[in-house]
Amino acid sequence: MSVHIYGMHHPNALRKVITASSLGTLIEWYDFYIFGSLATVIATQFFPKTNPTAALLSTLATFAAGFIVRPFGALVFGRLGDIVGRKYTFLLTLILMGGSTFAIGLIPNYDSIGFAAPLLVLLLRLIQGLALGGEYGGAATYVAEHAPKNRKGYYTSWIQTTATLGLFVSLGIILLTRNLLDKNAAKSIEIFNAWGWRIPFLVSIVLVVVSIYIRLKMQESPLFTELKQTGNTATNPLKESFGKKDNLKMVLLALFGATMGQGVVWYTGQFYAQSFLENVCKIDFEQSRTILIWAILFATPLFIVFGHWSDKVGRKWIMLSGMLLAVCTYHYLFKELLYLAETNGITTIVANKTIRTVTGTTYWKMVAIVFILIGYVTMVYGPIAAFLVDMFPTRIRYTSMSLPYHIGNGVFGGLTPFIATLLTTVYTENKLAGLWYPISIASLCFIIGAFYIDSKKTAQ
Amino acid sequence: MNTIKKVLGVVWMILAPMLLFFLVRLGLHQIAIKPGIDTKIQWAVFMGVFLPIALGLFIFGYYAFKEEYNG
Repeated sequence: MSVHIYGMHHPNALRKVITASSLGTLIEWYDFYIFGSLATVIATQFFPKTNPTAALLSTLATFAAGFIVRPFGALVFGRLGDIVGRKYTFLLTLILMGGSTFAIGLIPNYDSIGFAAPLLVLLLRLIQGLALGGEYGGAATYVAEHAPKNRKGYYTSWIQTTATLGLFVSLGIILLTRNLLDKNAAKSIEIFNAWGWRIPFLVSIVLVVVSIYIRLKMQESPLFTELKQTGNTATNPLKESFGKKDNLKMVLLALFGATMGQGVVWYTGQFYAQSFLENVCKIDFEQSRTILIWAILFATPLFIVFGHWSDKVGRKWIMLSGMLLAVCTYHYLFKELLYLAETNGITTIVANKTIRTVTGTTYWKMVAIVFILIGYVTMVYGPIAAFLVDMFPTRIRYTSMSLPYHIGNGVFGGLTPFIATLLTTVYTENKLAGLWYPISIASLCFIIGAFYIDSKKTAQ
Repeated sequence: MNTIKKVLGVVWMILAPMLLFFLVRLGLHQIAIKPGIDTKIQWAVFMGVFLPIALGLFIFGYYAFKEEYNG
């Protein structure tokens, strides 16, 4: 039995597989991002700073979801996916993610139900992190196991667009909701902060239901079905993945030679760039987001370009080139953003806070710089799903690829804003000091990847 | 190339405990500056997460030294 007997190499069938997988993954990213994007509003509703216990729960929600629960989710759902199957596992992660996001939108605030409110938010946020940890590996594996061998890069690159598009959709829906609740802009923001922030959470359920419906109609991955029918599925994927030297050494190589560097380049290009625009360049809230939205819009097709290209020239050097370019140019690009804001920005002081707005050419120059930063993201991230899928055997693929992916992205990448901010508070004279973290990690990853990854094995 | 991989393996084995030591020192310094429960939780989470990662880097270096990644 093979992929061809199932007829899944047919373009229409593959299109359905990609649509079902990508839509669900996009929604999961959207759900995960809206919490982060609305963190300030959520904090005022559920985690009042005046109450130390509530503030403590806030810290747990921020740090535990990304750094502990995500890799844990990769292990839990990876194991399940290698035993039960890809389809049902990533269906379950979608239900968990969608359900918890919707539920966050319904929780009464701290003033109404006291400590139950932040506790519920914390619990639901942990479920979100768990679900995200299980989703990506399933979607990438599912698509790759349907794709022809020489086009895995191209087909899985559609999954790779979802993380960036999820951010795009979340930013768009938040900005739209924030501005459409009243004709008066100030009043609209006020309503948004009072209850309107719930809308992006509640909207999620519609998207999730549609996605579940589509995914229910899909069949199990042909390679996994073949394994199951021949009785060759793993009985203990965790032990096989991390207890056997031959596989463990590939897991470590995937982490230190690829996902660690990819994670910091990704978080720097998308999240630190936005934080830098808003907090260091002092660009106005909405403008800093629209700059990112335009850059994402222009750069997203590059995921497909680099994924497709990796099928022809191999994955290794495309990803490592992205890291090297990031290492060599980050300092210059961020310095240029700061220069544009400080020299051409129109400065106003609102409530003792400096806010700058940029217009015309300066605005578009900033979009171009952020576009380059996201361009690096597309180089490192576009081919990585196919790269990880190719590294591990089918029977333990879901488990083996999920853990390095989520440590690289959740831990190394997720720490970027925190460590960057920490560095700028230590080296207060240097506004670009925060960049040393992604530059160091990406450099280390580049060296390991360049020496240890066998490009012949990663080329199709 | 294989010799470079082997020599670098030693570098990774040395780097792993050094990074962990640096992280612990930084964490203790940050807790001393801002001794709130928030800071303690943050750094406890980081150390709990980075301990196995540093161990992983050490094992990676060991495998490299043992020529497991040689072509």
